[in-house]
Amino acid sequence: MARKRMIQAMNEAILEEMERDPSIVLFGEDVKASLFGDTRGLWKRFGPDRVRDTPICEALISGMAVGAAAAGRRVICHMMFGNFVYTGMDAIANQAAKLRYMTNGQITLPITFLAVSGGGRSAAAQHSDAVHPVLANLGGIKIVMPGSPADAKGLLKAAIRDDDPVFFLQAAGRGGEPGEVPDEELVIPLGEACIRRPGRDVTLVAIGAMVRPAIKCAEALAGEGIEVEVVDPRTLVPLDLETILASVRRTGRLIVVDEARDTCSSASHIAALAAEHAFDALRAPIRRVTVPDCCIPYAPVLERAVLPGVEHIEAAVRATVGWRRPR
Amino acid sequence: MSVAASNLSREELLALYQRMLLIRRMEEQLARDCAAGKLPGPVHLYVGQEAIAVGVCHHLEDRDWITSTHRGHGHFLAKGGDPARMMAEIYGRADGICGGFGGSMHVADFSKGIIGANGIVGGGIALATGAALAAQLDGDGKVAVAFFGDGAANQGVLMEALNVGALWKLPLILICENNGFSEFSPTATVTAGRIVERARPFGVPALKVDGNDVLAVWQAANQAVRRAREGGGPTLIEAITYRTRGHVEYEVTFITEPYRSEAEVEAWRAKDPIGRFAAYLATHGLAAADELEAIERAVGETVAEAVRVAEASPEPDPASATGHMFANPR
Ligand SMILES: Cc1ncc(C[n+]2csc(CCOP(=O)(O)OP(=O)(O)O)c2C)c(N)n1
Repeated sequence: MARKRMIQAMNEAILEEMERDPSIVLFGEDVKASLFGDTRGLWKRFGPDRVRDTPICEALISGMAVGAAAAGRRVICHMMFGNFVYTGMDAIANQAAKLRYMTNGQITLPITFLAVSGGGRSAAAQHSDAVHPVLANLGGIKIVMPGSPADAKGLLKAAIRDDDPVFFLQAAGRGGEPGEVPDEELVIPLGEACIRRPGRDVTLVAIGAMVRPAIKCAEALAGEGIEVEVVDPRTLVPLDLETILASVRRTGRLIVVDEARDTCSSASHIAALAAEHAFDALRAPIRRVTVPDCCIPYAPVLERAVLPGVEHIEAAVRATVGWRRPR
Repeated sequence: MSVAASNLSREELLALYQRMLLIRRMEEQLARDCAAGKLPGPVHLYVGQEAIAVGVCHHLEDRDWITSTHRGHGHFLAKGGDPARMMAEIYGRADGICGGFGGSMHVADFSKGIIGANGIVGGGIALATGAALAAQLDGDGKVAVAFFGDGAANQGVLMEALNVGALWKLPLILICENNGFSEFSPTATVTAGRIVERARPFGVPALKVDGNDVLAVWQAANQAVRRAREGGGPTLIEAITYRTRGHVEYEVTFITEPYRSEAEVEAWRAKDPIGRFAAYLATHGLAAADELEAIERAVGETVAEAVRVAEASPEPDPASATGHMFANPR
C-alpha cells in the first residue's frame, strides 16, 4: 500500500497497461504536456507512435478512436473536459455506440475515453457539466466513475482491457484526492458496486465525486446514532443493481446523490429501478440529491448553491430517516 | 508601420493607443489578482495580442457583432465593453456584466454587439456565421467578426463556415490570431500548411498581417469590413502574434516541463505591440511624451475604478442560482 493521488493512480494504470499490451495507442489534445497529470510521462516512455498530441478537433479524434479500434488497435482517447464530449459527440453516439451492433457483432471496439467531469472550481458552464447521463442514454457506452484513487486505478485497468467503448470520467478537482493504493496488480471488474461504509438506517448511493461528501455525511451522522450505508456503484453502465437493491432491502430507505442535473440523472434512473424492484421494502420515499436543472454558474456562491454538498446530503438523510406516513 | 497612418487622424491614433493600453493594464491587474488568489476561476490573458482586437474593432459599431474566445477580455474591451463590469464579472460579483454567472470565459454584452467570450474552442466561428446571416437579412450593412486562435483553425467548423460564408456571401470577417500556441503545443506541431491558405479553395479573400502592428491590422480590417458591408462576402485574416504570458494564469503549477524557451518569449516581448506603437507615435511626432503619459494616467484611473467597483459589488444571491434558464419557464 502507498498513499497516492487519484490522478497518479490513473497515470500508473495507463502506464502499466501500455507496457503490458503493445497494441494500445493513446491520443488527445496536449496529452504530452498533460493538463491533469493522467498522461504525464507517457510520451517520453512510449514515444510518438503510441502517444500522440492531436490538434483541437474532437469530432475527428472520437471518430479516429472508433476507426483505429475497428482496425485492430486498443485505443485510449483523451477528451479533456467532459463538455468537449459534445464537440466529439457525433462519432461517440453514432459510431462508437452503434457500429458493433449494426454490423451484427462483427467487431469489438476496445476504446477507453478519458474526461474530467463535473464542477466545483468556478470553471463555469462550458467546463463543468457532469456528462454521464448523456452518455448513459446512448446505450452502447460503458461508464466508469471512480470514487477513490485505488478504484481509479483498478477500474481504469479494467476499462482499458475491456473490449467495448468505455467512458472513464474522473471528477474534476478530485484528481488530487489522496488514498491508499495497493502495490500489487489491481484490476476491478466493471459492474461491481462497493459498500463504502455499512449502516442499517438508510442506503446512500453516491456516484463519483459524491462519494466523499457522502462518507463525510455518514461519519457525521453516526455520532447521532443514524447509521448510513454508503454504496458506490463505481460503474453506471453496467450497473450493479443487485448490490443496491440488497442494501435497500436491509435499510428500507434510499437516497441517491448524483452531481448531474436532476432531469434524467443517473439518480433518477437508480431511483426508478429501486421503486420498481424493491417497492415492498421501502419505508420512506426515495430521495435524489442532484443539481437543479440549470447551468453550472461561475461565482463560488452560486456554484455552491447548485452542487450537492455535505449539507444537502445531510438534509436529505434527516428527512428520509424522519419520514412518517401521513395519516 | 506607416501604411494606414495617413487614413487616421491623430485623435484616432491616440484612441487606438488608449484602447490597447486599457486592455494591457486591466489584464496586468487580473494577473496580480490571480496570483493573490482573488479570482475564483481560470483566466487566459491576451497580453501581447492587443493590436488585433483594437485594430479590428476600431472599424465596428455597436450594432456589429463579434464573437470571441476563452482569451476574450481584449475583444470585450476593444468593442466597447465596460471595464468595471468586466472586472466585477471576473471577480464573480453581482454587478458583473453577466451577474457572476459567466466569469472570465463568458464576458458578453449583447447591447454592444459582443456575443461574448467562449469556452468552446471554435464555438464562436459558427455563432459569428449565424450573426452574419442575420445581419445580411437585416440588409443594413452590419457585419459579424469571429476572433479565434490558430488552435481553433483546426476545428472542422472553420471549413464549414468558409464554405457557407462564401456560398451565401455573408458579411463575415474571420480573424485568426496565430499566437504560436494551441495550449501547450507549438502551432507547427498541430497545424499543417498555412492557415491563411485555408480560405483559397473557397474563393474567400485572405491575407496575413503582422498582428503586433496595430496599423497593419487596422488596414487589413478596413478592407475586409468594407467588403462585408458592401455585400462582397467574407474575408479571412491571419494575424501573426505571440502569447507572452501563459496559456492560462497559474499554468506553472501543473505544467511540469517548459514548452518554449525564455529567449523566444523575450524576443517577442521586444516586438510588443504597445511599445512599438508608442515609439511610432513619438518618432513621427504624432504624440508628445506627456500626451502618452496622460493616457497612461487615465487608463490607470479606469483600472483602479474597475477594481473599486468590483470589490464593492456584492456576491450574487445564491437563491438566484437557477434563474433565467428559460425566457418562459412554462
Ligand atoms: C472544444 C474545445 N476543445 C478543447 C478546449 C481546451 N482548450 C482551451 S484553450 C485551447 C487552446 C486554444 O488554442 P487557440 O485556438 O490557438 O487559442 P489561444 O489559446 O492560443 O488563444 C484548448 C485546446 C476547449 N476549450 N474547447
